[in-house]
Amino acid sequence: MGVGIKVEHLDAWFGKVQALHDISMDIPANHATAIIGPSGCGKSTFVRCLNRMHETIPDARAAGKVRIGDLDIYNGTAAVQVRRRIGMVFQKPNPFPTMSIYDNVAAGLKLNGFHDRKRLAEIVEHSLKLSALWDEVKDSLKKKSGASLSGGQQQRLCIARALAVEPEVLLMDEPCSALDPISTGKIEELIFQLKENFTIVIVTHNMQQASRVAEFTGFFLLGKLIEFDRTEKIFTTPSDKRTEDYITGRFG
Amino acid sequence: MPNSSDSGPIRISLRRRGMNHAVTLAAASAVLLVLLPLGAIFAYLVYRGVGALNWAFLTQIPKPVGEPGGGMANAIAGSVLILLIASAMGVPIGIGAGIYLAEYGRNRMGDVIRFTADVLNGVPSIVVGIVAYGVVVLAQGHFSALAGGFALGMMMIPTITRATEEMLLLVPQAIREAAYGLGIARWRTTLSITLRTATSGVITGVMLAFARVAGETAPLLFTAFGNQYWNWKISQPTAALSLQVFTYAISPFDEWHRQAWAGALILIVLIVISVSALRVAAGRGMLKGIG
Amino acid sequence: MSNRALGAPPPPGPQPVVNSVVASDASSETRALLKARDPHLWDELFRLAVLACAVCVLALVGIIIYELATRSHLSWKAFGLKFFFGSEWDPVNEQFGAWPFVYGTVVSSLLALLMAVPLGLGVAMFITEMCPRGLKEALAFATELLAAIPSVIYGLWAIFVLVPLLRVYLQPWLARCFGWTGLFAGPPYGIGMLAAGMILAIMVVPIISSITREVMTAVPRQQREAVLALGATRWEMIRIGVLRNARAGIFGAVILGLGRALGETMAVTMVIGNRPEISRSLFAPGYTMASVIANEFSEAATDTYLSALVEIGLALFLVTIIVNILAQVLVWSVTRGMPARGHA
Repeated sequence: MGVGIKVEHLDAWFGKVQALHDISMDIPANHATAIIGPSGCGKSTFVRCLNRMHETIPDARAAGKVRIGDLDIYNGTAAVQVRRRIGMVFQKPNPFPTMSIYDNVAAGLKLNGFHDRKRLAEIVEHSLKLSALWDEVKDSLKKKSGASLSGGQQQRLCIARALAVEPEVLLMDEPCSALDPISTGKIEELIFQLKENFTIVIVTHNMQQASRVAEFTGFFLLGKLIEFDRTEKIFTTPSDKRTEDYITGRFG
Repeated sequence: MPNSSDSGPIRISLRRRGMNHAVTLAAASAVLLVLLPLGAIFAYLVYRGVGALNWAFLTQIPKPVGEPGGGMANAIAGSVLILLIASAMGVPIGIGAGIYLAEYGRNRMGDVIRFTADVLNGVPSIVVGIVAYGVVVLAQGHFSALAGGFALGMMMIPTITRATEEMLLLVPQAIREAAYGLGIARWRTTLSITLRTATSGVITGVMLAFARVAGETAPLLFTAFGNQYWNWKISQPTAALSLQVFTYAISPFDEWHRQAWAGALILIVLIVISVSALRVAAGRGMLKGIG
Repeated sequence: MSNRALGAPPPPGPQPVVNSVVASDASSETRALLKARDPHLWDELFRLAVLACAVCVLALVGIIIYELATRSHLSWKAFGLKFFFGSEWDPVNEQFGAWPFVYGTVVSSLLALLMAVPLGLGVAMFITEMCPRGLKEALAFATELLAAIPSVIYGLWAIFVLVPLLRVYLQPWLARCFGWTGLFAGPPYGIGMLAAGMILAIMVVPIISSITREVMTAVPRQQREAVLALGATRWEMIRIGVLRNARAGIFGAVILGLGRALGETMAVTMVIGNRPEISRSLFAPGYTMASVIANEFSEAATDTYLSALVEIGLALFLVTIIVNILAQVLVWSVTRGMPARGHA
């Protein structure tokens, strides 16, 4: 069900400062791709360009060609349409605090005009099962608020919320960095299962995590894509010296 | 500085210690002196007001001068009418302006509007009455509840705008981003997500504004003007609780003085309820919505 | 590939094709529904709607200035600047001099500040620095309650409780002890400038106290600790570590209180006596700018009369605005942008 992402010559700016330089890569469908690199290298910016979230920051802009499946997201499509087809999970879990668990998951659908009650309930259940949260919350769906869950549960709620609108691609921006190891493990397991139906791009500063969950990895440095290849190759025999320096811990 | 006649451990001089205690005493006295009128006002309101409060007071309109009995029912109803008009004007404009300032107004234009709202806030209430007179009363040709509502509505706006803006700014950007990430349009995000998260704080602001104008008299003196009879038409002069209390208080009749106290008691009860309710909301609800 | 920045309009041509791999009928139906709407129009409409509300705020202040300026024009033309220095307020002969009201406003406000500033500062100091934890909330609530009491109720209480107290106890005592100053001469009616000043003081204390509390709290802990570490007593710590740093803000609080006192209408009208006289004695009745408008506006029979009253209103407006702006600037300089909640 997932689609591939083709990025061609993507540049991005914050005001006058250029954050991404001529990024080109082919992200394969139905696989997980990790984006690694030291702080400030542009990983988050890159991923936010894939669903046109980058431009929500004042004075920020992007230029280039990004194709998600058959969709050219910068040419001929409204940003809002793009974001409906691409899901995003953020670094710090951000469930809507005044809404119940049910309403959180249903939010993407309800607020976009989808009103079939029965269908909605099915989709909510399906999404919560996909994100392995169903069993833990099925009895208090409408009673508990989204913010009353633990950190790991909140993040899985956010994943369910993103999945409910049936995106083709799921972007994850350091989804585990605010979580404890057990929750992190649960989410990594989740990514394994989700790969079958979605294309996943995950930003991580944790190299072990990248090698655990992703088949492909892209290494970024100072806004440029240095190397993109199968994960095993990146971590065992990288082609570029800078990649090697990073993964062996010489900087970053 | 140690006292030069001391030996052994350094001790603070008697003069300095004395000064410290004197100031503490003075500050405590200030508190007592300020709490005194507070207590006295409430005590008298209850003491004089309860005595004159009866069923007739709440259900009848004033009797002609000199006759005992009668009540302020029309004034209570009139106040409700005027406050409804004021809220209908002040609440939407106030919240709308607050949304503008928080979501679209982080710029020069926003600064101008913020400053203007502060100016509006500081206008003396009697001057607001003059303006409402010029805009509404002169246009209609007579005093009216609408004019009174317009004046009070003007006074509600700055408070509501400020509160709405502050509450919306408290909503973390991450919440908005989560909504954008789901493909929800900006206007929908602002209304259904951001505003909804800030709801209890915004309501607090509205109640604050409401409590402030509920007791106002000056702007109603030559807008609503007052009325000895029932009036439900918004284009006619209308009685108001605060106006009635004023008129009765400065009159030479003892009977009316008694009723003034009763009217004041009702007025203060309504306001205290609003102020306390908003304190509870502020302590509990306002921050409940924030992640 | 052209590096076309965002914002270029979409060219005509083939529209993006729906993904051909569909897992179930239901999901394509969901996606179709979600595809349908274009939010640009609604986003713009919403933005215009809230902008309109914001512009209303501007418009209202514009209306205020316009109304005051145009309706006072008649009086301005007739009397010019002398209006504010003339002492003759004679509606019958259409002679209007507003000096007694200016005098009354200034004197009553200053008298109020004289009493309210030490009280307000004392209360603020007590609540922030001296009072035990549990009492803080209660005292803060009590001062908020004082601020919430409507002016007309203050006036009611003043007429029937404060004034008799003045008449029977305070004024005779003042005349006995301080009569030689000339400030406490004449028959002790109770009603008059002193009563007005006192009730104004009570009304203004909550504002001074709450703003002072805000600025005192804004002074960083390190300042207090630095002074204490030198061996200061609590009062010395307050004086040197807090008050000195918060000086500008406290001054601003006082100015805000002044602003409130200048515009206060009902309570003052009910106890000041409403006679356009100027007297040295605080026992004598007086008249303020707000009071004359309150009393005479609805009975002003001629255009000039009305215009004169509006001109007084305009003056009151301008003075209050200037005073409030000054106060905001002073308070802001200490709290550095923390919003100053000036009222209630």
